[in-house]
Amino acid sequence: MTTSGTPEAATRADRPAPLPARVARAPRARHFVSRVLTVLGLALLLVFFGLPLAWLATAPFTSAPTLAVGWPDWTLDNFARIGENRYAVGSFVNSAIIGFGTCAVVLVLGAFASYALSRVRIPGRDGLLYALLLLSSIVTGTAAMVPTFQLITLLGLIDTHLAVVLVISGGTLPTVIFILKDFMDSIPRSYEESARLYGAKPWQILRDVVVPIARPGLAFVAVWTLVQVWGNFLVPYLLIRRTQQQPAAVLMYTFYTEAGQADLRLLSAFALIFSVPIIVMYFLVNRRYGFRFHGGIKS
Amino acid sequence: MTAEPAEQVLAGGGPGRRPRRARRGAAEDVAGLGFLGAGAFVAPALALIGLFLVFPALWTIYLGMTDYRLTGLQAVDPTFVGLDNYERILGDPSFWRSLRLTLVFVLLSGIVGQSLLGFAIAWALRRLSGWLKGIVETLVLAAWVIPASVSSFLWIALLDRRGGTLNALLGTEGTAWLIEHPMPSIIIFNIWVGTAFSMLLFSSALAAVPPSQLESARMAGAGGWAQLRDVVIPNIRGHILTNTLLITLWTFNTFTPYLVTAGGPNGASEILAVYIYNTAIPGGQLGVGAAISLIMLLINLVIALGYLRVGRARAARPAEATAVETAGGGETA
Repeated sequence: MTTSGTPEAATRADRPAPLPARVARAPRARHFVSRVLTVLGLALLLVFFGLPLAWLATAPFTSAPTLAVGWPDWTLDNFARIGENRYAVGSFVNSAIIGFGTCAVVLVLGAFASYALSRVRIPGRDGLLYALLLLSSIVTGTAAMVPTFQLITLLGLIDTHLAVVLVISGGTLPTVIFILKDFMDSIPRSYEESARLYGAKPWQILRDVVVPIARPGLAFVAVWTLVQVWGNFLVPYLLIRRTQQQPAAVLMYTFYTEAGQADLRLLSAFALIFSVPIIVMYFLVNRRYGFRFHGGIKS
Repeated sequence: MTAEPAEQVLAGGGPGRRPRRARRGAAEDVAGLGFLGAGAFVAPALALIGLFLVFPALWTIYLGMTDYRLTGLQAVDPTFVGLDNYERILGDPSFWRSLRLTLVFVLLSGIVGQSLLGFAIAWALRRLSGWLKGIVETLVLAAWVIPASVSSFLWIALLDRRGGTLNALLGTEGTAWLIEHPMPSIIIFNIWVGTAFSMLLFSSALAAVPPSQLESARMAGAGGWAQLRDVVIPNIRGHILTNTLLITLWTFNTFTPYLVTAGGPNGASEILAVYIYNTAIPGGQLGVGAAISLIMLLINLVIALGYLRVGRARAARPAEATAVETAGGGETA
């Protein structure tokens, strides 16, 4: 692939070429150099991005993993360690509770709000949506960690999953409403009109007519929210101190910051199990929806 | 509380520019909600957003003027201290150091590192196809997608003094990268984590550059650099702007470096996000932490508004505005 430019250039140079062809030689040489550089760069790139990831792919299957990347001996014993740890399995349950809890809150509230905003022209609607979106990108978890911590302390919700669910829901709802409203806008209104003729109440129309049609949109938002929550470290780290309550993201961190030697067999297996769902979900959405949502799905 | 909706803000482009679909089907109250019904549907979501997003932001202003502490007397009965916290912060060299480190971090890891590397990858891959492209893209994306607490450990392992792969490869046995070079470490770590976004954005931007323009440039004898400078860059200016803003905002607000160095050693990698945490929670000074939070919120506001101004000015020129729309998200269903 890299040498394809040279033979042709050589034959051209051999015969007494007309002037333009001779001029073209310099770009060809440059083309060759840039090809080599590209391949070299790509090789470096593969090493840069692949090297850290290689540990995640090999260590879980190595019987005595070290910090260095090594060839695995394909054992599955390390995964048994997860079951032996007091908190590991529970942390996945916690992650799931927080993840699905947030999904539920965000989907229900988001569906109601976005439907109303799509169908009724409330004065200042566009301005409101816009302001909320802007706000949610300014008031980040990092910038607002102190007041959030204080608020949750005041509400007596420290060490509860509910606290994490509420805080993350509040932060993601503006985006959810925005995405869902776009889906709702695309749903033809004639179904609702006929449902209404038969005397359906607005919430019945939403439940029985709109939600089934908007299912792809709701599914997308559900996955998007799960991806957001599953890997979120700061919010649960801030609000949940009891180890039994901590989700996998926080427990993973305590595994390698606790005093003493980190148990790499447990840690590597745990890290892989923890990462796989999110990678699968991500590539699933990726295949279905393409780039437009890439930016949205992971910050 | 995550920064990702900013992309949608761009797509909307402001209250004046409604998404395309709204024009087609003007809001008709087909379900018979009425204003009251609509209000009832919207209220729960607004209440949650109000309590957990808007209120904390406003409350920071008050909290920053108290001597709230995590423990002790001031935890129960804080007093109002006015602007004392700000006086203390602005007179504290560790705050200025943190701000300087943050600037370096955002500039090198975000604006320069992620953007340039992301663009370079997109450019290199644009005409490739097949397994090589697939592998590169998958690796870059995987680095982005895996949870922060996992990727942090991968880098801690890679850079470890005794058993790390990097020292074994470079033959630099015994170099404690995270202690001797904490800032370069978290900068490169953050480039590794975040490049995927720029790569994806620029890939789709490059795909939208009209092939006819590139073709005529090539016919005119323009080399790679000339094509890049005269055809590609002018075409994707909107994407570059979008990318720079989002990367700036995200890099400024990322907490992930905490997982790698926790701000250490001795605050040598304590970017603002980590500085707030270390001051407020382990340090117990919630009032001071809130005051720094407000400073951070204001910087976020300035970044966002600055972008909006540029975006507005650009939206006035229609040719470029459509470029942003395709980047930010036009069709949804």
